Amino acid sequence: MTDIGIVGYGCYIPRLRIRVEEIARIWGADGKNIKNSLGVEEKSVPDIDEDTVTIAVEASKNALKRARINPRNIEAVFIGSESHPYVVNPSGTIVAEAIGVSNNLFCADLEFACKAGTAGMQICYAMVKAGMIKYGLAIGSDTAQGRPGDALEYTAAAGGAAFIIGNNPLAIIEDTLSFATDTPDFFRREGEPYPKHAGRFTGEPAYFRHVVTATTNFLKKTGLKQDDFDYIVFHMPNGKFPLKAAKKLGFPPEKIKQSLVVKKIGNTYSGSSLLGLSNVLDVAKPNERILLTSYGSGAGSDCFSFLVTDAIEERRCSAPRTREYIENKEYVDYGLYVKLKGKLKL
Amino acid sequence: MPNKSSIPLSWRLNKSIYRLVGNKCKRCGTFFFPSRDICPKCRRKGDIEEVVFSGEGEVYSYTMINVAPKGFEQQTPYLIGIIKLKEGPLITGQIVRPNNNIEIGKKVYAVFRKLTEDSKSGIIKYGFKFKIKD
Repeated sequence: MTDIGIVGYGCYIPRLRIRVEEIARIWGADGKNIKNSLGVEEKSVPDIDEDTVTIAVEASKNALKRARINPRNIEAVFIGSESHPYVVNPSGTIVAEAIGVSNNLFCADLEFACKAGTAGMQICYAMVKAGMIKYGLAIGSDTAQGRPGDALEYTAAAGGAAFIIGNNPLAIIEDTLSFATDTPDFFRREGEPYPKHAGRFTGEPAYFRHVVTATTNFLKKTGLKQDDFDYIVFHMPNGKFPLKAAKKLGFPPEKIKQSLVVKKIGNTYSGSSLLGLSNVLDVAKPNERILLTSYGSGAGSDCFSFLVTDAIEERRCSAPRTREYIENKEYVDYGLYVKLKGKLKL
Repeated sequence: MPNKSSIPLSWRLNKSIYRLVGNKCKRCGTFFFPSRDICPKCRRKGDIEEVVFSGEGEVYSYTMINVAPKGFEQQTPYLIGIIKLKEGPLITGQIVRPNNNIEIGKKVYAVFRKLTEDSKSGIIKYGFKFKIKD
């Protein structure tokens, strides 16, 4: 059986940032305290002309550079997001046209809170495995919404990552497993501009139960042990939850450190765990193994094991690394942030 | 820019506005953007083929827009430039933030951004803009 996995990956993070202290200043809150309790210092902000589609296109262009394939050979595009610009009219067809993929295309926009991007990866993996497509493109991209003054406003950020799935990979998908239950910890109703969340309920019964159970079931299924992994990546709603989940599962904190991009860019929702993976792939060596567990409210987790191949060394230099996007930044104040997020009525 | 209310017109231009697809006369080697049906130099002897432009070029000229036309009001202040593409043609496009490092001759590359939207309930138009190389 030929190995199937990630043939090319790419990310994109808008270059504008707002500091947690700047948001706290507006609401009379203690910025330092919030920063420490969330483990987030600043978050990325989309420019006025950036949205889920533009982020997805830029990330996909980087994935194509690394994959070194003709985009015409991509036969499936799945975008996971909580902020598709249209409710009706797919983001996927715009992205497909913008990067020049085949029109003989399996395409759909996916929604499962923050795990829709990894769900796209599972679909592409299954379709390649079934021989239905040669290559599939899975993207997690978001310009996350947070109600002004709400706790989410400190972390809801923008960014995304794209993965081309096929043969001759730079990281083999060894196996994948999902765990899902009806747990409404975070939701946004039709027509509503901002999501609502259930406060502390988003922790134990939601994030931790799903991340820990999916990972535990995955380890049981595959027979892999904590020591078999060199890096782990979990969904990052803040800087604290993934570290706590790693501890619960018996992983040392140093294995998750490389993936923790949340501290400098915030929670990029569907892009979150995938940007963590992108940052790990930027440094991983051949034969190293990566565990990824995403989390989407509502609620579910997708778990993967990736085995890095020799192809990584040659391909990863073909596009900007995640760190370059994180470090290339310009700060905005709350006034400009409000304008860029389209909150001003003209 | 296409007529704001014309979805068919902007749809017809998708390929060129999304991916900088233009063309080239194989006979004389001249590149065209936007696409032309006939090479004005070679006329009927010309042989036109489709080309995807690299998106790379340099700033030929620019201006800052502070009073924007309808549909662009929220974006001010923003830069509009004439870009000389690596392949030859001069094209007009927005230059994305930051606005303070612009200079004639600076190298740029194409990025995919939201151009404008008809209204909050209308169609969103996407396409190329340019970014100064760091």
